[in-house]
Amino acid sequence: MKTKFIIALMVLAFVSCTKEKQAETKSETKQEQTKTHGQAGVAAVEGEQPNALQVAMSIEDFSTLVVAIQKAGVEDAVVNAGPLTIFAPLNSAFAKLPEGTVETLIKPENKKQLSFILVNHVAPANYPIKQLKKEVKKGRKLYMASGKYLVVENKDGEIYVGGTKILKSVKVSNGWIHVIDDVLVPAE
Amino acid sequence: MKTLFKSVLALLALAVVSVGCVDNSSKKGALGNSAAEKVYVAPGEHDEFYAFVSGGFSGQLAVYGLPSGRLFKVIPVFSVDAEKAYGFNEETKPMLNTSHGFIPWDDSHHPDISQTNGELDGRYVFINGNNTPRIAKIDLTTFETTEIIEVPNSAGNHSSSFVTENTEYVVAGTRFSVPYPQRDMPINEYKGNFKGALSFISVDPADGGMDLKFQIMMPGFDYDLSHPGRGDSHGWFFFTTYNTEEAHSLLEVNASQNDKDFIAAINWKKIEEYVNNGGGTKAPANYAHNVYDEHTHTATSTMKKEVLIVNPTDVPGAIYFMPTPKSPHGCDVDPSGEYIVGSGKLAAELTIHSFSKMLKAIEDKNFDGDAYGIPILNYEATLAGSVKQPGLGPLHTEFDGKGNAYTTFFISSEVVKWKLGTWEVIDRKPTYYSVGHLMIPGGNSRKPFGKYVLAMNKITKDRYLPTGPEVTQSAQLYDITGEKMELLLDFPTIGEPHYAAGIPADIVAKNSKKFFKLEDNKHEHAVKSEAEAKVVRDGNEVHIYLTMIRSHFAPDNIEGVQVGDKVYFHVTNLEQDYDVPHGVSMIGAQTSELLIMPGQTETFMWYPKQVGVWPFYCTDFCSALHQEMQGYVRVSPKGSNVPISFTLDDDAVDSE
Repeated sequence: MKTKFIIALMVLAFVSCTKEKQAETKSETKQEQTKTHGQAGVAAVEGEQPNALQVAMSIEDFSTLVVAIQKAGVEDAVVNAGPLTIFAPLNSAFAKLPEGTVETLIKPENKKQLSFILVNHVAPANYPIKQLKKEVKKGRKLYMASGKYLVVENKDGEIYVGGTKILKSVKVSNGWIHVIDDVLVPAE
Repeated sequence: MKTLFKSVLALLALAVVSVGCVDNSSKKGALGNSAAEKVYVAPGEHDEFYAFVSGGFSGQLAVYGLPSGRLFKVIPVFSVDAEKAYGFNEETKPMLNTSHGFIPWDDSHHPDISQTNGELDGRYVFINGNNTPRIAKIDLTTFETTEIIEVPNSAGNHSSSFVTENTEYVVAGTRFSVPYPQRDMPINEYKGNFKGALSFISVDPADGGMDLKFQIMMPGFDYDLSHPGRGDSHGWFFFTTYNTEEAHSLLEVNASQNDKDFIAAINWKKIEEYVNNGGGTKAPANYAHNVYDEHTHTATSTMKKEVLIVNPTDVPGAIYFMPTPKSPHGCDVDPSGEYIVGSGKLAAELTIHSFSKMLKAIEDKNFDGDAYGIPILNYEATLAGSVKQPGLGPLHTEFDGKGNAYTTFFISSEVVKWKLGTWEVIDRKPTYYSVGHLMIPGGNSRKPFGKYVLAMNKITKDRYLPTGPEVTQSAQLYDITGEKMELLLDFPTIGEPHYAAGIPADIVAKNSKKFFKLEDNKHEHAVKSEAEAKVVRDGNEVHIYLTMIRSHFAPDNIEGVQVGDKVYFHVTNLEQDYDVPHGVSMIGAQTSELLIMPGQTETFMWYPKQVGVWPFYCTDFCSALHQEMQGYVRVSPKGSNVPISFTLDDDAVDSE
């Protein structure tokens, strides 16, 4: 009873303020129209090399990966100054996963898990093929943004990460993209 | 008890909401036309205007946004800047060369933006160095100083650096007259022997290259400020003078004796024609011309040895004096080109001359004698009107393009708005405190953007949090769209905000360069890939060709350097991405850091004095692994047999 009374009072008070509130809401709306995007929304500069996200978005074979990046909300991380190296699974790699896996992962409640899987494909370092070969020679593993380590191997000049072969490499403004045909699923 | 508590809570809630409500309504009343809202540029939004505000004794030029007053960049011009290595790296040292040698400082005064057809074109800003006379040009694609020319036969280069309607010339007039030619002579023989040079520096329409075309050797007065004619008066230039008494000591008394000094009206088109037809005398001179090349990323300094001198009486009909009361400072021409406003610093009124009346007086030969053979026009004959009792200590006038003029008054600390033609005062607003110059974007052009006026104050006293004996100077922004001016904002500035030029941002922003293309880098010590990086010994000189990319140097381990060597670090930023500069500094280097933009090469010197292994590192927070961007140089004793070697990850820089 008392609670209802309080609410009624507050509603009354609120109504008496409606005019002001409207004015305020208007100016708030104006503020909301200002640029609130992260770095991922910064327009490309002519003559500049595109960044990792811009490259991924321009290639149809990465459409699943791009959706996953967006659903996980990690766009800003892959356009940052880096340096970073992304082992980027093709659509066909995601298709190899058990049926329904991708659909499940992109559900809002699985955002954390999806994000973990994605950052497990990103090394916070500059790894062109030349450098990856060196890593093999020197017996070093790759430290991934997930906190896990990835094994890199050189089999007759072909480079393998986490057991899958690098098919192609693209230089991007903030590092490297290496194309792979498997999703690197962490052990747990 | 519980119920009582709830009731109290309810009342409290109501009280809070009600109070909030009252507050809101009063706040809203203020918000409806608040100064805060007018200068608020939301996060991520851009300002409407660029304001280029000189730093006065800082020697630099600051770039602010209006209406927010946010500082974007301090462009080093006449003073060394350790932050940007200006005057410290090998590439920019030649920019500060003069006939007196390397000069690390100057007093920057009056920026002016280039024009085409009398309107701002936003290509360059010109600015004068007052002390060791120089004119600099700042390129508005890079916001960097790209050219500096020394002005010979001048001293206290003050009535500068204003441009003509099509940037045909940037003009520099001497404040202090000096013996011409310079010689050892008694100071008290000043009168008649000292001369005041007015210099006309041509600007190449294609590349902006400056060249001192001619100097008019005027009587030995002090030339204070100047402005170009426009519209019908295009082809003329007007200079205020003081010390027409030609005093050489205690000028505060001795240069205030005459009731009137002069505004010199110079028909530069006529003089240009005269020199183009072989007129004038080639005289020996010695002055530096320094040019920074965007492709070599390097400046060169050339000493020029000759200047063309024009004697005023050799070009009849080109130069006249208009008497103007009491040591006029500002010399400002309205957007139509008809009115020339002289601000007599010690005068009780503002004097406005009419260009058309001036032409008539010349035609009628309505002269009151002459000074050193230059005709003095009859005061009444050129007078358009005067603003009576406008304030104390008038300095500078700008125009809004709507028939109004705005004049600063130093002594009475105010900006006064008055009407052209009727000369009536419309409004006056105080400044805090002691205002010098003021600026309306495009105010020195046919097309001012009369939305704001920026007043620049010399004294702030209690206006900001105190910072010891030395406190900031300031700029104040007024809204001038209404009948009355409204003070919107008051912001601190670098150095002395002496003078400013403003321009709508959209004219300039679209041309702003994002980064330098590596393929266009013509620096003689550039290396364009890690594989080309190297270290070369040449006698006791060691040249280190270093590259930078996120997040390492190549090479990053260098050996074979010895105590007593002269070590050059030639450093190239290999990035090709907007806003990814790298910096570099070496322990014990007696110079500044380098701050290198993508695609650029810069050089610093290091003289190792101590044996050991010494680190260098990236000084600009470039990336997530910025803190890992470091390297070592091993310094061995002089004569050591440690060979030169350089590696990255213990391999050769070009290893596969």
